[in-house]
Amino acid sequence: MPGWDLLRDVWFVLIGVLLAGYSILDGFDLGVGALLPFLAKSEDEKRTLIGAIGPFWDGNEVWLLAGGGALFAAFPMAYATVFSGFYLALMLVLFALILRAVSLEFRAHDPARKRLWEAAFVGGSALPALLFGVALGNVVVGVPLDARTEFSGTFLTLLRPLPVVFGLLGLSAFLLHGAVFAALKSEGDLRERARRTALAAAVMFAAAFVLSLVLAAVALKKGRDGRAFFFSSAAFLGLWGIVGTIQYPVLVRATDPGLSLTIRNASSSALTLQVMLIIALLGMPLVVGYTIFAFRVFKGKVRPGGAETGY
Amino acid sequence: MDAVFLARLQFGLTAGFHFLFPPTTLGLSLLIVIVEALYLRTKDAVYQRLSAYLVKILGTVFVMGVATGIALEFAFGNNWAAYSRTVGDIFGAPLAAEAVLSFFLESVFLGILVFGRDRVSAKTYRTSAFLVFFGAHLSGLWIIIANSWMQTPAGFRLEGGRAVLTDFWRAAFNPSTAVRFAHTILGGWTTGALVAMAVAAWLILKGRSAATAAVLMRISLAVFAVSAVLQLGTGHAQAMQVTHTQPEKMAAFEAQWKTMDGAPFTVFGIPDEKNQRTRLAVRIPKMLSMLVDLDPGGRVLGLNEFAPEDRPPVLLPFAGYHLMILFGLLFILLGAAGVWLLARHKLAASRRYLKLVLFAVPLPYLANETGWIAAEVGRQPWAVHKVLRTSEAVSAVVPAGNILFSMILFLLIYALIGVAGLAIILRTVRGGPGEPEAGPPKGQV
Repeated sequence: MPGWDLLRDVWFVLIGVLLAGYSILDGFDLGVGALLPFLAKSEDEKRTLIGAIGPFWDGNEVWLLAGGGALFAAFPMAYATVFSGFYLALMLVLFALILRAVSLEFRAHDPARKRLWEAAFVGGSALPALLFGVALGNVVVGVPLDARTEFSGTFLTLLRPLPVVFGLLGLSAFLLHGAVFAALKSEGDLRERARRTALAAAVMFAAAFVLSLVLAAVALKKGRDGRAFFFSSAAFLGLWGIVGTIQYPVLVRATDPGLSLTIRNASSSALTLQVMLIIALLGMPLVVGYTIFAFRVFKGKVRPGGAETGY
Repeated sequence: MDAVFLARLQFGLTAGFHFLFPPTTLGLSLLIVIVEALYLRTKDAVYQRLSAYLVKILGTVFVMGVATGIALEFAFGNNWAAYSRTVGDIFGAPLAAEAVLSFFLESVFLGILVFGRDRVSAKTYRTSAFLVFFGAHLSGLWIIIANSWMQTPAGFRLEGGRAVLTDFWRAAFNPSTAVRFAHTILGGWTTGALVAMAVAAWLILKGRSAATAAVLMRISLAVFAVSAVLQLGTGHAQAMQVTHTQPEKMAAFEAQWKTMDGAPFTVFGIPDEKNQRTRLAVRIPKMLSMLVDLDPGGRVLGLNEFAPEDRPPVLLPFAGYHLMILFGLLFILLGAAGVWLLARHKLAASRRYLKLVLFAVPLPYLANETGWIAAEVGRQPWAVHKVLRTSEAVSAVVPAGNILFSMILFLLIYALIGVAGLAIILRTVRGGPGEPEAGPPKGQV
């Protein structure tokens, strides 16, 4: 059996993988949601975009639940400090995600309040897309923790300039990813608009990050939507790789470095980490397998009147 | 109002609202699996129409369950940080396992059920239905594992004030897991089946899609009647288990103030905690001892055996427990009456019974909620039985005002999506299962 230290390292990486998986998969549907009013000009176009993410968004969101659950199981001290410390900010994210989760189903079946549910979808996508980056920025830049490793700042502590820059960076990555996915799944004017938006978002993002995004833009220009989607996925992986490298072995950086929560002082026991590892090794290959299966079932462009536009 | 009370209230409200949906999903997903299996065997289009109809209803119910479940995954960190630190070594794992092993499965294959009928073969579709059913039940198992560990913790040792896992299987399958899982699943089947019966009853009363509705009624009535009877058994088994593992909880359920040999079952009463007595009590002599010990002279521990600070409140557990039992007995009668009418070919003509089914729809929800309230309030004053007190489990850094503020927003948002969701489900039901297509059935062209 692997030693405790190795298990902690493995779980540091695995939680990074789950969160990166979340940003790639839910990233494109958050991006499409935030961009919906800008990309789609008609009800048909809206239906096409919503239909493109309809079968996927729910499964995509599970990556966040899995990441959150894994953080709880593997590093309960960090989970407790972050979720109680960032209380109001995370409540905002939760409310946004709750409204977003029902908004597509309700928009389709509750015509009297269609505009309300559409607004819930757009707002519920844009707000988490911004705040996830802000939260990540805070644990990377450092937050004030007291001697019991409890958060001792306020709501405004979370909105310092650097974490907000992280938030904007994350938001533009989500927008790029959503626009690229929209281009991949649509045709005609909508695809053109999605491509132009994607290029704009790529430029916005490239102000901070360069390499894999340039590749995505090149593929987009060539009209190779599939390859562009691959590269915008890679951009997220690169981002997570960089964040992970900077952060290791710290989970929540404290402004007083001695108080930081690391993979050592925040972790569960070796046995729990082992059990969790077995569960992950059993479960995640299956998840990847049937997620690919579902993407293949729903592959190709979404056309008005197709089965997915049932929303 | 203090932070501990508000945190409990918030968890109770958000979990209680969420708990309306997963039981419905358990029952409906079972019915869909049955209907899909019948379709594959008979190729009768009526089953395909029924499956499509139930999938539409399930789609909305499932989305509501997902939306209201998100908050719970993070609630332990938000409001119960001390709890998360103290028992996270054990409690976090089932939540993570639920996401990895169940949520992905349910979500991905529900996407195929809702959107993919034209894109996959009938067999793949049936397999997807089964995987949604399997994922929903597996998800229930992990949650019951987590919750049962709070009731009857096992497989751990205390180390510097923290619970540390020593044996995963003993923690997961602690003394109350199996019986609580069976009881909760049957509650879900009863709920989903009665919802489907009500849909069928409504269609029959309106004279719409009569043949299709009759099929739905037969299948859902069978599931309902069998589940209601089996539930009596799991309920009894759970009462025996509670008596042995959490005797103070059983004492609260039954307002058993003093230890007694040959204790009576209190059919009705109003517990008066201050004076340690039950007003207007109607009792069946020796019945409680008979039920929990299978011995009319058996000893049942009373609340007097426990220090005042270790006693659960009595009124809520007592009321919740007795209401749940009342509803459970009503379900057996309702199921038996339906089977009797069906056997005499009078079910479709009995408007009185069909209306009764419609009005009974809230009851399984009330049974689930009252049973759950009895179980969780009866666990007090402990968050984890004899390991961690609820008052010591909350987040130290979250002020009461923040909890109150977020709770008001939760209430507003849940009221909004509750009303809208119910309206959408009713719309779907009103849309009907569709009439048989004119011309030859698809398979024969």
